Amino acid sequence: MQRYFISRLGQSALLLIGVIILVFFMVRVTGDPARLMMPREASAEDLEAFREVMGFNRPLYVQFLDFFSGAIVGDFGDSLHFKTPALQLVLERLPATVHLAGIALIFALIIAIPIGLIGGFNPGSVVDTLGRGLALAGQSIPNFWLALIFILFFAVRLRWFPSFGRDEWHSVVLPATVLGLPVMGQIVRLTRSAVLEIRGEDFIRTAYSKGLEPRTIYIKHVFRNVAIPLISVIGVQFGYMLGGSIYIETIFSWPGMGQLIEQSIGWRDFPLIQAIAVFTSVVVLGLNLITDLTYAFIDPRIRYGSS
Amino acid sequence: MNTILQVNDLVTKFYTVDGVINAVNGVTFELREGETLAIVGESGSGKSVTMMSILGLIPTPPGKVENGEAIFTSFGSSHDLLQLTPAELRNVRGGQIGFVFQDPISTLNPIMTIGEQISETLTRHLRISGEEARERTVKLLAQVGIPDPELRYKNYPFQFSGGMRQRVVIAIAIACTPQIIIADEPTTALDVTVQAQIVELFRNLRESLNVAIIWITHDLGVVAGLADRVLVMYGGRIAETASVDDLYERPQHPYTMGLLGALPRMDESDSKRLVSIKGTPPDLLIPLRHCPFAWRCDYAFDRCWEEVPPQIEISSHHKVSCFYDLEKGEPRDG
Amino acid sequence: MAVHDTQRQADSLLDVEQSIKDRFAYIGRLLWRDKSGVVGLIFFLTVVVAAVFTSLIAPLDPLAQDLRASKMPPAWSEGGNWDHPFGTDNLGRDIFTRVIYGARVSLTVGFFGVLIAGVLGMVIGSIAGFIGGRVDSTIMGIINLILSLPYLLFVVFIAAILGRSLLNVILIFGITDSPIFARVTRGEVLRMRDSGYVESAISAGARWPRIIFDHILPNLIGPLITLATFEMSAMIFYEAGLGFLGLSVPPSVPSWGNMLAAGRKYLTSYPWIATLPGLAIVWTSLGMNLLGDWLRDVLDPRLRRSRK
Repeated sequence: MQRYFISRLGQSALLLIGVIILVFFMVRVTGDPARLMMPREASAEDLEAFREVMGFNRPLYVQFLDFFSGAIVGDFGDSLHFKTPALQLVLERLPATVHLAGIALIFALIIAIPIGLIGGFNPGSVVDTLGRGLALAGQSIPNFWLALIFILFFAVRLRWFPSFGRDEWHSVVLPATVLGLPVMGQIVRLTRSAVLEIRGEDFIRTAYSKGLEPRTIYIKHVFRNVAIPLISVIGVQFGYMLGGSIYIETIFSWPGMGQLIEQSIGWRDFPLIQAIAVFTSVVVLGLNLITDLTYAFIDPRIRYGSS
Repeated sequence: MNTILQVNDLVTKFYTVDGVINAVNGVTFELREGETLAIVGESGSGKSVTMMSILGLIPTPPGKVENGEAIFTSFGSSHDLLQLTPAELRNVRGGQIGFVFQDPISTLNPIMTIGEQISETLTRHLRISGEEARERTVKLLAQVGIPDPELRYKNYPFQFSGGMRQRVVIAIAIACTPQIIIADEPTTALDVTVQAQIVELFRNLRESLNVAIIWITHDLGVVAGLADRVLVMYGGRIAETASVDDLYERPQHPYTMGLLGALPRMDESDSKRLVSIKGTPPDLLIPLRHCPFAWRCDYAFDRCWEEVPPQIEISSHHKVSCFYDLEKGEPRDG
Repeated sequence: MAVHDTQRQADSLLDVEQSIKDRFAYIGRLLWRDKSGVVGLIFFLTVVVAAVFTSLIAPLDPLAQDLRASKMPPAWSEGGNWDHPFGTDNLGRDIFTRVIYGARVSLTVGFFGVLIAGVLGMVIGSIAGFIGGRVDSTIMGIINLILSLPYLLFVVFIAAILGRSLLNVILIFGITDSPIFARVTRGEVLRMRDSGYVESAISAGARWPRIIFDHILPNLIGPLITLATFEMSAMIFYEAGLGFLGLSVPPSVPSWGNMLAAGRKYLTSYPWIATLPGLAIVWTSLGMNLLGDWLRDVLDPRLRRSRK
């Protein structure tokens, strides 16, 4: 277990270094980061002054070492727009995004897992058909479009929920539903196929041959085995939601990281964008690490290092 | 000896997209107390489906038990297993009838300790405390020959070898001291040396527990040293049933002859060893109208293509479903 | 039983000995049996027809503005007429025409994006699979890095840096999506390399190019076609998303994402300007996902979606 943990930790550290390298070069692929970050109408003198301030006229390796050593300790420089430390701005927006994504995930899990379980145990039933429809819808309906439809219907016409902001307790309902729908579809799909697979395993037949009650078999033998693939996707789904939150937070004016991303692109505030990119990658890598450890906790084959 | 299981005219079918599979077509046999009965046949002969049908382990749908009875007598009372409610049948399964399956790799839950997997049978049927179940499980592990049972209790299946896993499965089967153990090809997936150990374990358990064993296999070689009686199945029907000595010495069904011919023997030259039976197993999608073996039988004559042969009693312990008398070399009378 | 059945049919489908004509006839029969696959194919074909015969189908000029006829509702609601079936946008441009022109952008991005990703991925995956060792572990390390990133976020960032052009969008998707194709290719190559028939072909004296064309490529086609369908659907989806954020093709080009972005301002008063182009995305995506699900069942039951 300890060896597994250390090797996974090392892997994540390597990935993080890869991300920092990627983010450093990303803003330099067009050749001139100053031109990228300054308004198009900026004069040659403005550009030169900007290069001086940002240190873009130093040798590339010096710039890189500077960026890297800063990034390691969370220093990405100041935001061009706010003139304050970039990471600070990201962290300020974090709670709102965690609030939104967390509720979306809980909402998706609460609905998707029962539907997937019932569908897997009764393929072809009404619930199963519903679940497969949900999976297809989640996969095929763009959430930025669905967000507009929801606003039109639930906010404008029915006036049940606010269409923007985070001021009221039920402000979160519409954005979380839209953000959670594709996740819900994925989890229904996954749960269903996992149940179908586990149900056909020989050890389930063994459980029946022991005379166990069906309820016991479902809980002790089926669910625990279904949980393994399920846990492994939750981290991935959270990463997916961080991407989806760009649209959802923009459309619903939700003051989180997604909205900040959209705004910082508009401001061409690339130090801020770099900070967001590295920070979200750390979050996603961290989640994957937690997922894998939970996974190992449930699956003894990993815990005891069998092949 | 008393009969503890009497199966009469069992019929099981599977309704699939390709058509109706006639898996078991009127099977009748009995099992006596403490007896070891081997059911022999090719894959698809209905040997496993017969036993699964009796204990309600057929996946329904597509499977369905359409006819028959299975009278199980224990502690002086008799019940038709096919008429029991699901809850009553669950009390029999694992409690009075234990199972051992073919592949010990997949028959154990990979993420549960083997101790838990054994003791959950005990707590289910004997209504004992977890602590007591644990103690009994450790004893069971010792009984099936697993060293360091105290330590092994907490291990997971992947930490065991194939033979050791099969011992664990056997421990589950005998946990509640059943009257019958159904062993479905319990040695097929194992190495030859391990096979011998498992057969030896069964022999010892039979002595110490006085349990009846139904040993399902396609391998007559394993049967010889273990079984009291043999039931040869073909195409979802019983071809021949006899005591093990009778069967080996005086096989009455051409299919049994074929199986014995396919058996490697020490006293024959290499060229004659491993003669396999020509042709392919019957297509169970076609309803039975004549002897299912007629296609592959060297002795088949008109009648074999017209009727399904009934069971004919050769002696009190020897029955055969064949119109041809192999010993006289001519069709039977009537 | 049914799943098993499909798998058996799929095996015979991938049998190299079978003639191409037989195989197509067979695929046709299988398709007809699974009605959702037919629906998916029809949906997809309508989009292809719209993208290929755009100027023949579309009644009007997509860029022609008519401010007197702006913000007209669709034909089926009050005040609309059949001159503008889906109504007009804020500048009086015909939405139906623009939706049809949008299919062209979406399919171009999807097709060329998948082509680049597929070719790149196959090359990278084959190199990793065949050479193995250090090369393989390095390539897989990089691939795992890319796949563990928050994908959409990075696509958005790169698009913001490179600027709005069709070529940039295609390149972004083509490159960022290639790891998925590489991983599938590598898996298949490894599986094939370890399987009996490649070994026996080698021992029979066959040369590598022959083995690749006779044994490995035919087995790769099934999984890759399925993957390509799903990835193309995803790219069309993401292209519209970039358009919605103003990061895809230039604003003058009629694409579904651009139309959604422009229509958002008028959502509450003139909802059709944004909702109808969005419906085109749903239509395309639905069709391709149904088609992909069907292809997966027929061609490759092993493949599971790796992302999204």
